[in-house]
Amino acid sequence: MTVESTAAARKPRRASKRTSAAKKPQSAEPQLVQLLTPEGERVEHPDYSIDLSADELRGLYRDMVLTRRFDAEATALQRQGELGLWASLLGQEAAQIGSGRALRDDDYVFPTYREHGVAWCRGVDPTNLLGMFRGVNHGGWDPNSNNFHLYTIVIGSQTLHATGYAMGVAKDGADSAVIAYFGDGASSQGDVAESFTFSAVYNAPVVFFCQNNQWAISEPTERQTRVPLYQRAQGYGFPGVRVDGNDVLACLAVTRSALERARRGEGPTLVEAFTYRMGAHTTSDDPTKYRADEERAAWEAKDPILRLRAYLEKDKLADEAFFTALDEESETLGKRVREAVRAMPDPDPMALFEHGYADGNSLVDEERAQFAAYQASFADSAEEGK
Amino acid sequence: MAVEKMSIAKALNESLRLALDNDPKVLIMGEDVGKLGGVFRITDGLQKDFGEDRVIDTPLAESGIVGTAIGLALRGYRPIVEIQFDGFVFPAYDQIVTQLAKMHARALGKIKLPVVVRIPYGGGIGAVEHHSESPEALFAHVAGLKVVSPSNASDAYWMMQQAVQSDDPIIFFEPKRRYWDKGEVDTESIPGPLHKAVTVREGSDLTLVAYGPMVKVCVEAAAAAQEEGKSIEVLDLRSMSPIDFDAVQRSAEKTGRVVVVHEAPVFYGSGAEIAARITERCFYHLEAPVLRVGGYHVPYPPARLEDEYLPGLDRVLDAVDRSLAF
Repeated sequence: MTVESTAAARKPRRASKRTSAAKKPQSAEPQLVQLLTPEGERVEHPDYSIDLSADELRGLYRDMVLTRRFDAEATALQRQGELGLWASLLGQEAAQIGSGRALRDDDYVFPTYREHGVAWCRGVDPTNLLGMFRGVNHGGWDPNSNNFHLYTIVIGSQTLHATGYAMGVAKDGADSAVIAYFGDGASSQGDVAESFTFSAVYNAPVVFFCQNNQWAISEPTERQTRVPLYQRAQGYGFPGVRVDGNDVLACLAVTRSALERARRGEGPTLVEAFTYRMGAHTTSDDPTKYRADEERAAWEAKDPILRLRAYLEKDKLADEAFFTALDEESETLGKRVREAVRAMPDPDPMALFEHGYADGNSLVDEERAQFAAYQASFADSAEEGK
Repeated sequence: MAVEKMSIAKALNESLRLALDNDPKVLIMGEDVGKLGGVFRITDGLQKDFGEDRVIDTPLAESGIVGTAIGLALRGYRPIVEIQFDGFVFPAYDQIVTQLAKMHARALGKIKLPVVVRIPYGGGIGAVEHHSESPEALFAHVAGLKVVSPSNASDAYWMMQQAVQSDDPIIFFEPKRRYWDKGEVDTESIPGPLHKAVTVREGSDLTLVAYGPMVKVCVEAAAAAQEEGKSIEVLDLRSMSPIDFDAVQRSAEKTGRVVVVHEAPVFYGSGAEIAARITERCFYHLEAPVLRVGGYHVPYPPARLEDEYLPGLDRVLDAVDRSLAF
């Protein structure tokens, strides 16, 4: 070890010093597209307008409430040992419902593993999302039945799949669009950078929807970037926009606009939904170890559901009967999810050997036969014991 | 019969042309595959004839090439991607291993990933670092992938057709130092299945098991041994995942002696798997332990040393002698 490196090892590293003193590169008042303030006031934006009926507004509220209820139930089921893990979306309902409701049926979604609200908008039965967290499969739904791809756990991989799919859409001459979800942590991944490059070069009809929920497990956004994330798009040659991710109306308007742009053949858009993950990254981490309570409290004041409720109540767009009925619907959903998870059977052991290959594989056939014989040997000994 | 004599490179080119012709969903993607026709000219002229939408020059980003190919496959296309050289596949290794290999299983079989990843591999052309490696074991170890390598022009032609038609992802290793070797290709007569081994030379004293670039070396070794009165069988595996172990077993039981030859490092290589399986399947037929000849557990050496590293005739014959001495 050299003298210099010994000294460096003893001294606190400059980088860590800088971290504690670091200011968030984003300004305190980020340039958000906002149509509904945290207090529930409707505001106008010069570039994005939206005109929804009372019915549609109540629909968005219902989507958010039911998604939050589903998420809470899944968290509880994990705590009760019914699920091995859960990635909660608490706080991100507006980003997901707003963007999800902007999609057309023929659009295609490439999610991470937290897009429960988007799955809801796509008509994927929420109980289907729980198989992988219970450990009975790695996804299991047919991506083509709802144009909702499987959850992808490796961070950022799906942005390339979305880009390739969008390249295919363009080749087909179709006017549908593709949306790729990812987080602020994923923005550091090479695959995300490569998907920006490919989508720009081929003018692919894809919308990159980054939910900047401020934390990649315990790493804050300033560990991922020194510029606001939406500004990255400019370097690739397509627009980036930052939207208030807790404002369901703004998320809907901005995503709709980006999807329309893609459909018109004008290429990709990066949408950064500036939001907050109120819970843990997953049920296996403890956010109290890495972030301040005051931070969460500040974001709770911007709760996406409460602000839409305030608007609905103030403008008399929903009555008490609506909220009561929704409470009942929420409880029914919770119960259905709970029962479905508990009824979910473990897969048959022979399922180990299913679906590894589309065209079969002689090695797998051999191992399947060995495993079947091994399993059968227990049946024999049980017989002998009688 | 339409038998033509052509190089492996030409056979691949003709085969890719046929694939593009047969199915409008087939695409070719990679760095420099268009105007240049690839650094080895395997895709020469294809962009000119099929257009930029079918033969796609990509940004210089291997993960992006494979990742977008996955997306295109999900949309119903059948992409054939070119990785320029063996050592450049690693930026794409994540996409190949965590996504391409597993997505079919993850969807419980409801989606298919018909992607062919072409990789010119192996040494012997005097190249610089990262241009001469044999990483096939790294891919064969991954469930969900199939790994093949032709050793001659006919197999290059037909195995590529079969790979493109497969609904599974295929890693297609092309023995780059054999690109210019010529052989006869019958473009009408379809040979056996993609994952079957082929006996390229019959013998009774010992079996040499090889694939890709080492098949030629083994055939030459067998011919040299013949002059010394030894009858050597040569088995061309053609597929490294799955491996046609029935064919390996038949030959091992027939000759009682097996030497596995590959360019990749012996340690944890495909030879280890083959030796272990032979021991499990036909231990009592063996007259000698299965021996392996291959690369050393060192980074692929600079070109001036590659002749020492790569198994040549003498090293193969030495292993033959050692086996026969048991």
